[in-house]
Amino acid sequence: MEPLESPVPFIAILVPFCAAALILLSYRRRRLIEAYSLLASILTFALVLILLPRVMEGSEVTWSVLKLLPGANLGLHVDAFGLIFALTSSSLWIVSSLYSIGYMNAHDGHNLARFYAAFAIAIASALAVAMAANLFTLFIFYEILTISTYPLVVHEGTEEAMRAGRKYLAYLLTAGVFLLLSLLFTQHLAGGNEFTSGGILAGHATDFIVRILFLTFLIGFAKAAWMPLHSWLPTAMVAPTPVSALLHAVAVVKAGAFGMMRVICYIFGLELASAAGLNMALILIASVTILVSSFFALAQDNLKRRLAYSTIGQLSYILLGVALLTPQGIAGALLHIPFHAYMKITLFFTAGCILVSTGLENISEMKGIGRRMPLTMGAFTLGAIGVCGFPPLCGFFSKLLLAEGSVEAGAIPVLLVLLSSSVLNAAYFFPIIRTAFLDDPAEELRGRKEAPVLVLIPSLATALLSLLMGLYPAFPFLELATMAVRALAGGP
Amino acid sequence: MMEHLPVLVVIIPLIGAYTSLVGGWVDRRYAFPIAFINILTQFTAALLLTVRVMQEGVVRYNLGDWLPPWGIEYVVDRLNIYVLLILLFLSLLCCAYSKRSIGMEIEERKHTGFYTIFLLLVAGVTGITVTGDIFNLYVFLEISSLAAYTLVSSGRGGKGLVAGFNYLVMGSVSACFILLGIGHLYMLTGTLNMADLARVLPPLYTSTTLHTAFVFFIVGLSIKTALFPLHLWLPDAYTHAPSTVSALLSTVVSKMGVYATIRILFSVFTVEFVVGYFPVMEFLSWLAAIAIIAGSLLAIAQRDLKRMLAYSSVGQMGYILLGVGMVNQLAMTGGILHMLNHAVMKGCLFMVAGAFIFRTGFRRIDDLKGMGKRMPWTSAALVIGALSMIGIPPTVGFMSKWYLALGAIEAGQWVFLAVILASSLLSAVYFWRLLEYVYFREGEGGVEGGTGDVPLPMLIPMLVLAAACLLFGIFVSIPLSLIDPVAESLLGGV
Repeated sequence: MEPLESPVPFIAILVPFCAAALILLSYRRRRLIEAYSLLASILTFALVLILLPRVMEGSEVTWSVLKLLPGANLGLHVDAFGLIFALTSSSLWIVSSLYSIGYMNAHDGHNLARFYAAFAIAIASALAVAMAANLFTLFIFYEILTISTYPLVVHEGTEEAMRAGRKYLAYLLTAGVFLLLSLLFTQHLAGGNEFTSGGILAGHATDFIVRILFLTFLIGFAKAAWMPLHSWLPTAMVAPTPVSALLHAVAVVKAGAFGMMRVICYIFGLELASAAGLNMALILIASVTILVSSFFALAQDNLKRRLAYSTIGQLSYILLGVALLTPQGIAGALLHIPFHAYMKITLFFTAGCILVSTGLENISEMKGIGRRMPLTMGAFTLGAIGVCGFPPLCGFFSKLLLAEGSVEAGAIPVLLVLLSSSVLNAAYFFPIIRTAFLDDPAEELRGRKEAPVLVLIPSLATALLSLLMGLYPAFPFLELATMAVRALAGGP
Repeated sequence: MMEHLPVLVVIIPLIGAYTSLVGGWVDRRYAFPIAFINILTQFTAALLLTVRVMQEGVVRYNLGDWLPPWGIEYVVDRLNIYVLLILLFLSLLCCAYSKRSIGMEIEERKHTGFYTIFLLLVAGVTGITVTGDIFNLYVFLEISSLAAYTLVSSGRGGKGLVAGFNYLVMGSVSACFILLGIGHLYMLTGTLNMADLARVLPPLYTSTTLHTAFVFFIVGLSIKTALFPLHLWLPDAYTHAPSTVSALLSTVVSKMGVYATIRILFSVFTVEFVVGYFPVMEFLSWLAAIAIIAGSLLAIAQRDLKRMLAYSSVGQMGYILLGVGMVNQLAMTGGILHMLNHAVMKGCLFMVAGAFIFRTGFRRIDDLKGMGKRMPWTSAALVIGALSMIGIPPTVGFMSKWYLALGAIEAGQWVFLAVILASSLLSAVYFWRLLEYVYFREGEGGVEGGTGDVPLPMLIPMLVLAAACLLFGIFVSIPLSLIDPVAESLLGGV
């Protein structure tokens, strides 16, 4: 079907930017800031939702924003591939806004205008990355994403936060330089950088150049936190919990993984990727990351850091899926973007709930906490089961597809990696659940109750959503993923 | 009227200089409005001239109706008008900014003199951009340089005086070199008209005298543009000058040196000469690359805000010259675009530094804790300027980086590509430290000087420049439409 020209995607990105400006201008009025943030999130999600029926019909939505430089346009293009990521980020922004309000109220937050404004800009950038029509647009918003999340990482203003912030920037700005380098080379070699199904590099470069370019792209997408370029992510956990939840489990890190998928499918092209042997390198990196990060996670006592290492492993599932270069593998990778997001955000939300109502961050201190906070820990349990990939949570489906993909590709070692990862995930999640429910509550927890409603409800909502999507995976994400894979294969 | 525009843009500030002197003699308060209106008029004239250039391509004007090559010819093409607009725009904003900022920095009895010399400087830089005569260029270069030495030393305290004297010595040495170069050329050809020189020089391209002249030019101009390692006068001059003068030096005065270099390299001598007969471009590019890295590293080592900005300027001049030195169209466009970028960004940042000094008297970066809350608008301008210096899209700094890097790829110069990309990380190091202090560290409170932003005459120019960083970035096609043919015409047939 002909692509449809419509400014809706552009407006969806503009809304959070405008919200950020409004928030900064009314920095003294806390309630107004919160209202702006919540309204913007609802409006943005509604705008993205308008696009859904269009894309489901098989039509793609484009909007050319600006011709910036010769050969480098700012353009948006919404297809099933990108819509999955856009829907994920924008829908979760609503719950995180609610959660942020509750969390910041409970914590007597400071610098709120800066916090909410940076948050909105980060979401807008993640949306733009999802809907970018070309590598140039993706790069620009990838950079803005780095800059806008920095104030959130250092939000606490402590010496530890400042150090974390410096590390964060050192990794991600360097990555940005590598991405720019890759973009420039793509432009130089192929004479353009539009995302095209089947790739644009084929026939323009030797295998050697393609491999080098792949490496620079991979370093450029360090936001996907593959090992050994992962260590910024656990460090960034000094940020307030809503930031860790939405940005460092969903928007930022998945911008990296999503970007890598886009580049492999739409810049290199699947054929070139397999001909130059890029997939083997990526499979190796992703497998190592999946396994090693699980062991790292086992060693963490700080709950948020354990979750961060778990995120690192799960992100590599996405890389692994695309590296399989088979329809099922890519569909599984695409599906893992929303599914992991819903489950992991639940886990972070509940970690925040515990922090808000008890001040505890370390797992060893959480003995019997499930008896004091049954709802919170119930949500946590659901999320944990999902991340391990057990039915009936949604995580089961993405892993099932990934497993099918690996069989399809004849890569049995990959299947083994997936299976052992599930076991390892269980190994680092189940002790938490056991401690929480079976151990006797510690003295300090006497009289502690459930977290405030505003932080509890979002946690329960995302837990419930993960369950619902596990029971009914088809709409919308599975359908979108199937459509995206069909489009990649050149089908209708 | 319209046909006299090329000479009018020079005459307006010359007359204005004396008017403001007389006006200031009558009442000290008259000096500023006269100067400001003067530059505003001049800017309008330049805009009218732009329209003519866009229509006619090249506007020529014979001074006193003497035909070239005997008389002095003024030639305005796209490059001239582009540089002229940048210079006048920045002069206008600096002039507005100076109204309040010189209050504390310069003794009140000197204010009239300040504006007189300010206008003389503007007349000098304008003259350089419009003239088509190489000796005339030298004269204007001296006018603006002498004015600049005076302005640097106009502040209170002895440090400015010493810095101004150092600048004077180095500047005069440079002037000698340039004059010697001109003398050699005149001796060889008997003409001083640039177009004429370009016409008669080719048969002499192998002459040793010509090579000597060329070396004189290169050395002289390198001092003027503070190309590393000939930059030694610059840090002190920028640091100890009054804030408005620092802004003026880093944006206007430095650009005229670069402009003169480009003119002499490509319009008097030609690409053919500088690449084929006297291969200096490779050498200049390497120097520029070293300047970029050295300037950035030195900037990282500084604790004084203005000094840090000064060293960063050394690196930024390297950017422009690297673009010019790679001698291909993309890089050249990047270099010329960076003249605008650097003027806008550095002007903004020096004004911010001035605003901090104005409000709090603090010059050291460590003292600027918590400024983000105390001076929100000033700090916002600082953020945009800093992001642009780092080259984060969609600011204007990114656009020139894009062109320069593409140019380096096209030329196959991998080292230069690495330098260009690495330098943005180095700028991130020193600018981010600054932002960290301003925004993310809490001030100790109870600081003298009070809170709140600077007065509007200082705030508006700053915010205009910050907005320009964003607007020229997003709508970069506007400056590009003016300079796109420039690179091509400078490079001739190459």
